[in-house]
Amino acid sequence: MSRPQIPESSASTGPDFDRLSLKVLWAYYSGKLKIDIANNLAYRGAVAIWVLSTVVQPLVSLVVWRTVAGSEGGSAGGFTANEYTSYFVIVMLVSHMTFIWHMWEFEWRIRTGFFSPILLRPIHPIHHDVSENLSYKVVGLIGVIPAAIILAVVFDADFSGTSVIDILAFFPALILAMALRFLVEWTLALAAFWMTKVSALNNLFDVFFLFLGGTFAPLSVMPGWIQAVSYVSPFRWAIAFPVEVALGNRSGLEILTGYVIQLVWITLSVIVLRLMWTRATRRYSAVGA
Amino acid sequence: MRELHPIAFRRLGEEGRSYEQRLGICYRGADTDSTDTIRIRHVTASPIVLSEADPAIVVDRLRKTYVVPEREGGLKAAVGSLFHRKTKEVEAVREISFSIAPGEIVGFLGPNGAGKTTTLKMLSGLLHPTSGTAGVLGHTPWERDRAYLGQMALVMGQRNQLTWDIPVVDSYQLNKAIFRISDDEFRRRLDELTDLLDLGDLIRKPVRNLSLGERMKCEIAGSLLHYPRVLFLDEPTIGLDVAMQRRIRSFVAEYNGRTGASVMLTSHYMADVEALCERVIVIHHGTLLYDGGLPGLVRAFSPHKTIIVELEEGAEISRDHVTTLLPGGGEVVEQTPVGLTLRVPKAETARVAAQVLSALPVFDLTIEDPPIEEVIEAVFASPTSDHHSEPTLV
Repeated sequence: MSRPQIPESSASTGPDFDRLSLKVLWAYYSGKLKIDIANNLAYRGAVAIWVLSTVVQPLVSLVVWRTVAGSEGGSAGGFTANEYTSYFVIVMLVSHMTFIWHMWEFEWRIRTGFFSPILLRPIHPIHHDVSENLSYKVVGLIGVIPAAIILAVVFDADFSGTSVIDILAFFPALILAMALRFLVEWTLALAAFWMTKVSALNNLFDVFFLFLGGTFAPLSVMPGWIQAVSYVSPFRWAIAFPVEVALGNRSGLEILTGYVIQLVWITLSVIVLRLMWTRATRRYSAVGA
Repeated sequence: MRELHPIAFRRLGEEGRSYEQRLGICYRGADTDSTDTIRIRHVTASPIVLSEADPAIVVDRLRKTYVVPEREGGLKAAVGSLFHRKTKEVEAVREISFSIAPGEIVGFLGPNGAGKTTTLKMLSGLLHPTSGTAGVLGHTPWERDRAYLGQMALVMGQRNQLTWDIPVVDSYQLNKAIFRISDDEFRRRLDELTDLLDLGDLIRKPVRNLSLGERMKCEIAGSLLHYPRVLFLDEPTIGLDVAMQRRIRSFVAEYNGRTGASVMLTSHYMADVEALCERVIVIHHGTLLYDGGLPGLVRAFSPHKTIIVELEEGAEISRDHVTTLLPGGGEVVEQTPVGLTLRVPKAETARVAAQVLSALPVFDLTIEDPPIEEVIEAVFASPTSDHHSEPTLV
């Protein structure tokens, strides 16, 4: 390495691509995030439209439930009108931060052959997607945070139940929720290697998030059986749980248990992902060049 | 002072020709009006340590069958397929075998749907074969182990790997991270590639502002930053103008000469193949038809030779008279007052030429092989032994 004219003599051995050191990951993510953020900023119009759809759904639920609470004498299902506001404002933030569209992406990539270059790099394609996903979320926050503040002010959000500890506990719950939802949906997106229309599965998922994830209404106002199902589904732990932590509706023990359940779902997804990955890509037919 | 890559040198030495001679020969075949010259400079690439006895690519009875849904057009058939889904197997590649030495450039020819791209996809690791084996640099490609992916590149003519809206060099930086290229090495390679492909300021522009040819150059440079030892080029010059095709051709030759990498190339432009490849592999309907030198291909597949006769001025010869000179078959392709072009069976060539010389007032006579394009066309038009109609895949 001392003489610049002599190239690394490691050509025969080369870098050890099977080992992914933190240094390598850092180099990859810093380069890739820079590109993806620049790219998302270049397509800020498209990002704005996506963000708008993230904002509209909680806004509709918020208005509906405030009306219900108002007609029932100020509160419904244990939530006051202003508590509904704070609930849906946080739902909006968490939905945005856990959003993943890779079932659509996989379907498109497989149909068009755009998966090919990603599969042929000596780094697992999931890193490519994590970076794209994160950069979208970061750029989207430019729209989501002001929207959240405006909604909170206009609809009089009530955060009186939230303590500093709840805020501190919210961040690990959010990060685990981001990882959980990403891994579960990314793994399920592998079904695209067998099915041509995996996006239909995505629509089904949206319905699950609506009722089991707490984006339609706080789970505590839902019928008992839905609540029971939600506890054993990943959806609750991807959205409702961090929201409840932020609003101060969970005790210390419940928070710790929640973290553990999130970690269990993450571990399960990673195991299934590792089992399915080779099988799935084996079926890749690399159509369209 | 010039250094040559040891492998390239030895390989060329064996063939009894020098580096320059070889490139010169390549070039004469390509474009006689070529203004490009291949510069021989320091070989600075990483030396490739592979025993010459080990081929870089070994393919043994490789086969790929696609299962495709089969259904007739129309609503009735569409509804029918809901209940009873018919599929059929399409053999894209049928048990082909060959091997390629380190440093060799091989042209991979065949009409659309012959199985070229499918084969390249198997060798690059994208596709699992239905049966058969292949080894590239000692790896089984479709296991896609990262050590393999780190020393291979697949460049597809119309597939954009660079990110559309950001400067090219940012995509290169990412490849640097993925392939773990050191800062010094990256700078050196980028300078080298910029120089060879004449990239100039292109790499600071967003991809969307580049023309097709500029994009292709940037694409190729990006794919080679990690100095792959095996390079699969699928139609690298498709849609490019003649000057750009020539630039890419000379670059591939230069890259091969400098690094000793093995190159497999498909192209519909015979000029690419004639310029770069001493050896060609021809497949058709998934079957290997020919594997050998380019001149041999013409000999093997063209049963004819062309005799061009220039007649002395004022000679008047009737068509019938000419036909009598061709008792063993053959035809008059063209007849003008001052010349004749005859196509005759190869075995008849000498006899017909002698006849023509003695019977006609000949000013000049040349015997030629038909143009390579014509031979290839004839090969592809001929049905293989067990062909049946197949949809074009890929």
